[in-house]
Amino acid sequence: MMKIVVCVKAVPDPKEADKIRIDPETKTLVRDNIDLAINPLDKHALEAALQLKKKYGATITVLSMGPPVAGTIVKESLALGADQGILLSDRSFGGADAFATAYTLAKGIEKAGEFDLILCGMASSDGATEWVGPQIATFLKIPVVTMVNELLEDSGESWLVKAAWENGYRKVEVKLPALLTVARELNKPKNLGFSGILKARKKEITTWSHDDLGVPDERVGTKGSPTIVGAFGTLETGREVEMLEGTAEEKAERLVEILAESGVIG
Amino acid sequence: MHRETNKGAVWVVAEIKDCTVQPVSLQLVGKARELADQLEVDVETLLFGDKLGDGPGQLIAAGADTVYTAESIDLKMYQAELYAEIICTLAEDKQPEIILLGSTFIGRELAPIVAARLYTGLTAHCINLVLDDDSILDQQIPAYGGLISILCPERRPQMATVAGGVFPTPELDRDRSGEVVAVSVPGNLELGVRTIEVIEEEREEQSIDSASFIVAGGAGAGSGAGWEKIRELSLLLNAALGCTRPAVDEGWAELETMIGQSGKMVSPQFYMGVGLSGELQHMVGIKGAQVMVAINSDPKSPVFEQVDYGVVEDCRTFTPLLIEKIKAYNE
Repeated sequence: MMKIVVCVKAVPDPKEADKIRIDPETKTLVRDNIDLAINPLDKHALEAALQLKKKYGATITVLSMGPPVAGTIVKESLALGADQGILLSDRSFGGADAFATAYTLAKGIEKAGEFDLILCGMASSDGATEWVGPQIATFLKIPVVTMVNELLEDSGESWLVKAAWENGYRKVEVKLPALLTVARELNKPKNLGFSGILKARKKEITTWSHDDLGVPDERVGTKGSPTIVGAFGTLETGREVEMLEGTAEEKAERLVEILAESGVIG
Repeated sequence: MHRETNKGAVWVVAEIKDCTVQPVSLQLVGKARELADQLEVDVETLLFGDKLGDGPGQLIAAGADTVYTAESIDLKMYQAELYAEIICTLAEDKQPEIILLGSTFIGRELAPIVAARLYTGLTAHCINLVLDDDSILDQQIPAYGGLISILCPERRPQMATVAGGVFPTPELDRDRSGEVVAVSVPGNLELGVRTIEVIEEEREEQSIDSASFIVAGGAGAGSGAGWEKIRELSLLLNAALGCTRPAVDEGWAELETMIGQSGKMVSPQFYMGVGLSGELQHMVGIKGAQVMVAINSDPKSPVFEQVDYGVVEDCRTFTPLLIEKIKAYNE
């Protein structure tokens, strides 16, 4: 039976994410108690795994790295139909850049045992680097295809997938075991209803610490990150805003004038 | 001319289509030239394909000192593993100081593979690159309402991706001279992944890349129905429809219409942001616009600090009203 690993990330709820600001004085993130949610694109990765499980039968392991509170999204993934949930959590994992994150996840995947397929969202809504998926694959020395939006042939040792490309798409042949990062177009994920959320709370997950993974100190967290965050600056636009006044009607009329002055209409 | 130095060169992994080097690659060579002159090193570029034609000449004219070429029928299409193998083998030999790639479909997949293999850092979608006092590459990205510098102080090469349009396209100087060095293409590499076909599709919608007028929508649309109103507005104005990340995540808009740091950089005559909060990741993509308007229900929204005209209204009710007024004006 096919063994699928799905990597998920707990991110600040994207609907509230624009409330996160950097305090220019302390250079720390001001989060104001924003809820954590499963990264939107990772839901598509999980949905792809669930559909493969339904079609062919498969075991799904969901893996995440994050603080203990990130266990919630792993539990939610179990309530949606995954079979095993693992959270990689340790203070020493904190402050990891994409490189150290990918390395730690790769080590977690190795510890979890054999696999045929790893699925990741193509990017996270908070970091948006798109690096973690391809770097996990590179550390595990397996093929990777990014931005997959359709599975054309999803059985056997070699699959055929469609992936996003400039002004169109490309068809890619990929040998398993492999890692695919998925785009939103791949499927429509189901959401966990209220009863599902209650059910999720009772799910058991496995937590692995730094010791459990047995990786060198200098490969994880801040120490394992080649990149560091330097200075914080502001961006000046040099524009001065004129706020349109009056009723909505009056503002719309003034805006029509601006459109005409700018040569957009008329 | 090659300079004697301890530091490695500044590299650009260039892309070519129909024997024409892509604008983003020329832009990166322009920036690489600037950095290399300050570091007193060479600019070296890599070019892959089945027919490179005048591609190397274009890169030299844009500022490259050396063009490493890999020309083979196996490279007719992008092949991640072949590209990565060639780049990594050459990088281990030549020890470049910096490697720049476009934030293109190729760069976004290839850069992280190469960085992981070379055990080095990589910064995504930079909007500026400068050298700091210690000659370390200061890789600037917009985040959380400001600009953040990402540095890779210890590991080499320092790697970054940059979207098209961030840096100006340099003027081509056909009198410049440079060296073209063919590198061998590994023939015995067992490929686990193979691009077998690239298909370009005709798009119905106006492309945002070169549009004169752009209407961009964001999370404030509230729903698919709200989004349709913004689309209607864009059609009425004969404007291209762009968007922010949340609109892509919600499934209202295509990734290719996303404007900003990890999307497209555009310079329209007129821009109207509808129901978006002015996140820098988006706003850096339109800083070249001439006239900018924003509609947002929150008078404190940062978007109003970055435009010429501001309208404090809920776009879900204001957009239909504006459509009505424009129709009346047109009649």
